[in-house]
Amino acid sequence: MPLIEIDGQQLEVAPGATVMDAAHQAGIYIPHFCYHKKLSIAASCRMCLVEVEKAPKPLPACATPVTDGMKVMTRSPKAVTAQKGVMEFLLINHPLDCPICDQGGECQLQDIAVGYGGSASNYQEPKRVVKDKELGPLIATDMTRCIHCSRCVRFGQEIAGLMELGMPGRGEHTEVMPFLEAQVTHELSGNVIELCPVGALTSKPFRYAARSWELSRRKSVSPHDGLGANVQVHVKNGKVFRVVPQDNEAVNECWIADRDRYSYEALNSDQRLTRPMLKDGGTWREVSWQDALERVATRLAEIRASKGAAAIGGLASPHQTVEELYLFTKLLRGLGTENIDHRPAQAVDTQGQGARWLGMPVADLNNLERVLLIGATLRQEQPLIAQRLRQAVKRGAQLHVVHAADDNLLCKLAGKLIVKPSAWVNALARIAAALRDAGASVSLSTGDIQADDAARAIAASLMSGARKAVLLGAVAQNHPAANEIHALAQAIAAATGATLGFLSPAANSVGGQVVGTLPGPGGLAAAAMLGKPGVASIAAYVLLGVEPELEACDTAQARATLDGAEFVVLMSAFKTQAMDYADVLLPIAPFTETGGAFVNTEGRLQVFHGAVKPRGEARPAWKVLRVLGNLLSLGGFDYDSVEGVRADALPQGQDGIAAHLNNAAATVDLPGLNMAEGLERLGETPINQLDALTRRSAPLQATADAAAPRAWMCGDQLAGLNLNTGDAARIRQNGHEIVLPVDRDDRLAPGTVRIAAAHPLTAGLGARFGIISVEKA
Amino acid sequence: MLSAESLALIDKEVAKYPSEHKQSAVMSALRIAQVELGWLSRDAIEYVANYLEMPAIAAYEVATFYNMYDLAPVGRNKVTLCTNLPCQLQGADKIAEHLQARLGIGFGETTADGRYTLKEGECMGACGHGPLCLHNNHKMHANLTPEAVDKLLDEMK
Amino acid sequence: MSLNAPNHKVCTWTLDYDNPASLATYTANGGYEALRKILSEKTPAEDIIAQVKTSALRGRGGAGFPTGLKWSFMPRAFPGDKYVVCNTDEGEPGTFKDRDILMFNPHQLIEGMIIAGYTLGAKAGYNYIHGEIFEQYESWQQALDEARTAGFLGRNILGSGWDFDLHAHHGYGAYICGEETALLESIEGKKGQPRFKPPFPASFGLYGKPTTINNTETLASIPWIMRHGGQAFLELGKPNNGGSKLFSVSGHVNKPGNYEIPLGTPFADLLEMAGGVRKGHQLKAVIPGGSSAPVLTAEAMMACTMDFDSISKAGSMLGSGAVIVMDDSVCMVKALERLSYFYFEESCGQCTPCREGTGWLYRIVHRIESGRGRPEDLDELLRIGKNIAGNTICALGEAAVGPVASFVKHFRKEFEYHIEHKRCMVGV
Ligand SMILES: Cc1cc2nc3c(=O)[nH]c(=O)nc-3n(C[C@H](O)[C@H](O)[C@H](O)COP(=O)(O)O)c2cc1C
Ligand code: SF4
Ligand code: FES
Repeated sequence: MPLIEIDGQQLEVAPGATVMDAAHQAGIYIPHFCYHKKLSIAASCRMCLVEVEKAPKPLPACATPVTDGMKVMTRSPKAVTAQKGVMEFLLINHPLDCPICDQGGECQLQDIAVGYGGSASNYQEPKRVVKDKELGPLIATDMTRCIHCSRCVRFGQEIAGLMELGMPGRGEHTEVMPFLEAQVTHELSGNVIELCPVGALTSKPFRYAARSWELSRRKSVSPHDGLGANVQVHVKNGKVFRVVPQDNEAVNECWIADRDRYSYEALNSDQRLTRPMLKDGGTWREVSWQDALERVATRLAEIRASKGAAAIGGLASPHQTVEELYLFTKLLRGLGTENIDHRPAQAVDTQGQGARWLGMPVADLNNLERVLLIGATLRQEQPLIAQRLRQAVKRGAQLHVVHAADDNLLCKLAGKLIVKPSAWVNALARIAAALRDAGASVSLSTGDIQADDAARAIAASLMSGARKAVLLGAVAQNHPAANEIHALAQAIAAATGATLGFLSPAANSVGGQVVGTLPGPGGLAAAAMLGKPGVASIAAYVLLGVEPELEACDTAQARATLDGAEFVVLMSAFKTQAMDYADVLLPIAPFTETGGAFVNTEGRLQVFHGAVKPRGEARPAWKVLRVLGNLLSLGGFDYDSVEGVRADALPQGQDGIAAHLNNAAATVDLPGLNMAEGLERLGETPINQLDALTRRSAPLQATADAAAPRAWMCGDQLAGLNLNTGDAARIRQNGHEIVLPVDRDDRLAPGTVRIAAAHPLTAGLGARFGIISVEKA
Repeated sequence: MLSAESLALIDKEVAKYPSEHKQSAVMSALRIAQVELGWLSRDAIEYVANYLEMPAIAAYEVATFYNMYDLAPVGRNKVTLCTNLPCQLQGADKIAEHLQARLGIGFGETTADGRYTLKEGECMGACGHGPLCLHNNHKMHANLTPEAVDKLLDEMK
Repeated sequence: MSLNAPNHKVCTWTLDYDNPASLATYTANGGYEALRKILSEKTPAEDIIAQVKTSALRGRGGAGFPTGLKWSFMPRAFPGDKYVVCNTDEGEPGTFKDRDILMFNPHQLIEGMIIAGYTLGAKAGYNYIHGEIFEQYESWQQALDEARTAGFLGRNILGSGWDFDLHAHHGYGAYICGEETALLESIEGKKGQPRFKPPFPASFGLYGKPTTINNTETLASIPWIMRHGGQAFLELGKPNNGGSKLFSVSGHVNKPGNYEIPLGTPFADLLEMAGGVRKGHQLKAVIPGGSSAPVLTAEAMMACTMDFDSISKAGSMLGSGAVIVMDDSVCMVKALERLSYFYFEESCGQCTPCREGTGWLYRIVHRIESGRGRPEDLDELLRIGKNIAGNTICALGEAAVGPVASFVKHFRKEFEYHIEHKRCMVGV
């Protein structure tokens, strides 16, 4: 370990460390702009110049490796002269318009200029003016302020995996920009806002809304995907003004996805439900909490009395907190029903032996050497986990994919089986067969399935190396053969020494399982509760935060079923389509307006507090459930704090969670090894349709990712149907029908028609998977 | 977008580099595209980028970094005169004046008939033979005198 | 003359023949003999490097770094690909020697690169050729084809079982690509922006692989050295300054051109070879090593011999051997304005001091030239220069400052006159 001296301080540093690392270790701040701990070293801003004994010139701390015996002076006259010189250069062409700059108050240039700049500059020549760029709905530009640190460009190349911004031009004509007329579309694009040390790249929705020093910062947890990215919610006057990342190396590092960042815009939308509402004789009216809750209690009691408790069903969103799901479950069980679920999108009830989770710490993803990714539309489902796997691949990991779409994961794939959804079980069985052929012990019989070359290549890769994982995405979990896929994935993982993991689709997917928001003995799971009207025996639905007409596995059917229900109560932060079919609407607080906890995909309990007061008469759902429980005289609902609820829900807190986590599959036979004939739908949840918040964020809905759904298929398929890109097509599925434009994507497996689920424009169609027909409209 | 001949030339360039480094051929590919198309439009750059499987913005970075690419249409005959110090000492200023007077345009301009574009260039690495100019990037004319310039211009169709 | 006889025309001897660039001329006069010998005797790489060290060959690209030493840095045993790269991105104003090597002696460069490839364990080599000399790019590629056909390149060279190939990469107008790491970036198909060093190309070069980069003239000298021994080369020049060197003489001389002379030859002799200054004019100043080298006054220059050490003692540098001669008709402010514009225009733009500073320097000099100078401008120029030099990623920063500082230092009066009288004191 090299021993060095920095500003007189003796220090032992790791071999290969830079002077910047050493300074960090010693608690010494060296000013810098281009350096960023997550990006490659550019050494171009020159702000970090320091004096090194025996070096003829000042050296950039960010790029200079320490050597044994090195003596570094970061504040010597020589270092300070260099730093001041650089600062002067940075400022000569920088507009000194801090008072009107959105970055004012949180600008690295401003801060460092105060500490390391000289007095007034001698620069007398005209200043450079740079044209602003149109980057899309999320990021505003003020390019004259750019100091060419290239962080945004390196972010695209190295973290996002997609180079959307570049620095065309030369010398002082160099400008940060996207390719001519292009915009920025990557799902992590907003991170350049924090990366930009000046006010060149700022948040477009936040623009001019508030000054940074007026905002209070509250730590919170993103309520979207199962990662649970840590965020800061910035508020002023009781209103959320923006959401930014909160560093947590173990979870989101310093990044958040665009949907984590911009979903807050929904909080302030006019679609918020702010008063309890009752429907009488087909018309809605706003009522007092008392009236609304009494109506709910009365109706539920009546229906239980007349039809039995099994006529009541409860469906919650997996984006609700641990406390909410726990009380929700307690309420329904208290009523005597076992029809409880928090997995609206699942086609089948997939209960195994415990709560499904990632199977390993999130941070370990970066160090995997072999990964088999099954049924994960990864960049949409888990933008930041996609980023972690990208880093693993960069370090040499071999990533294999089983899917119906060969989507560009922006990293190299080592192997893939791209087949239509009904053929996935078969594809996995081929990998299992290949493993068996190669001498691995596979615990599951796969009949007479034969391996092919692609399966053999994947098997060979999985049998080599160390640190392996077999990961199941949301698409696999929502698949009608989810249990078979799970069993095969487990067999493959066991045969190769890999960890089996589930990528939790929602912020509290694991929490929902841990607190048991699942059908009990004889109870119905979501798909069955929302099954065919008449067949489904539910008369009264208690809905928490869900929009089944969009989120269910089979939306058309869910909608029909709910339309025909006797009584529906919805607890929601928004006015949803339930206005059409519900009887009572109870306004509840979204994550920023209440405290609670989520359990993320790695089983991490993440507690957060409300950042602002609930809007209007909205109340935290746990309080609403508490009152309901009491009104129904269920007993055990006398909580006076959310912590109290949590203590009941998770008596041992974080420590108790591990005991619930278990990815073991239930025993299954594998009947469905042969794929279905004909065209099949691949129905995934688009990135910005994941939940009530993302759906209602105007900036998110303006992104390219939120483009209107089309029926996508490969060119051969289109040609076979006599269709051209853009043609309107009539899509039929199970008696439902919609019209959509078709489009071509040669990355889709033959026989696959990709039609987004969870979207208003496709909600009229049936299940996410299954046979469909497409013809010219 | 590009002819089979141009693509064959590009393929020849690609073959010079390890197969995983196709991007190495981007400079040549842009040059070849420019020779065929006259200048590099957005579409041309995107086409080349796709052909070499690299981000369009990265190809655009290259096209804007190197001086000899034309990102806007130029005349049929682009005359780039070196005006750097050694050439200046050897009389480039006079040639510059002559060229501008004769064509009635300044540096960076194109004659109305689209026949000539005049550009000012940096050192072309042939200083001993200055004043000198490049014709359409690839042909050098050295030891220029006003008379030689006249003759040259007449020969350019 | 020929490559067979040890005379001082190391690179330019083919000019004595009718068809100087042809393979026939080259092989008829000892060309490729050194390679043949090395391959048939399987000369150990260390022996070759030892010869190059003995020769005291110093890089002809500008920095004058000892070539043998540079070669010894290459991790020859490193498993995996390694490269040799030749730098023919000659764009330093005043320099035009490497173009002549490509035109008149292409095979000696090819042979030199093959020997370098053999010595350094490279799998392939690239020659980066300046954008503006497309004709030489094409003709050198033809020479490569000839060499390939003759069995000097490709698989199993001369039956030795060793494979090696060479390619030309064409620049397209960016001076900075002469900087060796910018050049590598450019070969990789990117903007030519220099890399921060360390790591040096010897460990992280082209495509991240160990790479040795040398100037055209440096590599073209190798066959001569291998044929006649390092000692003979050393003796052509003087200690620490081995060999002959090509000097590109331009500006106010009667016969601008390239002159290959032994290092240590008096400047006066070189000036005479180049025909002396124009009739009726006095020598005023000389930039002895390409536009980046500090300018020297006529007196200082006349006292110099043409070698690295002498020029460096006089306060400038031999650089690439480009001698820009200025007589008394030159306005030093205007001359500096043009050079400052060049560095401003050619800055790659990545590092702050150079991106911002070169424009600042140029704008001030331009103001002075156009009669809008201020008395404090001269000290300001020097102050800005100090903030650039030494603080940049590559040496373009220093290169931009060198002329400014030296012009102001040696010709301050002329600048002051310009500022005070808003016009030039020279000539009209
Ligand atoms: C701005 C700049 C421009 C350069 N231009 C050239 C050039 O045109 N040709 C060259 O051989 N070296 C040039 N060099 C020097 C190279 O970086 C490198 O030192 C040289 O090619 C090494 O070869 P040598 O050791 O044989 O001299 C330049 C350096 C800088 C900083
Ligand atoms: S000194 Fe100039 S040319 Fe060199 S890296 Fe910095 S900006 Fe680029
Ligand atoms: S932080 Fe080191 S050079 Fe920018």
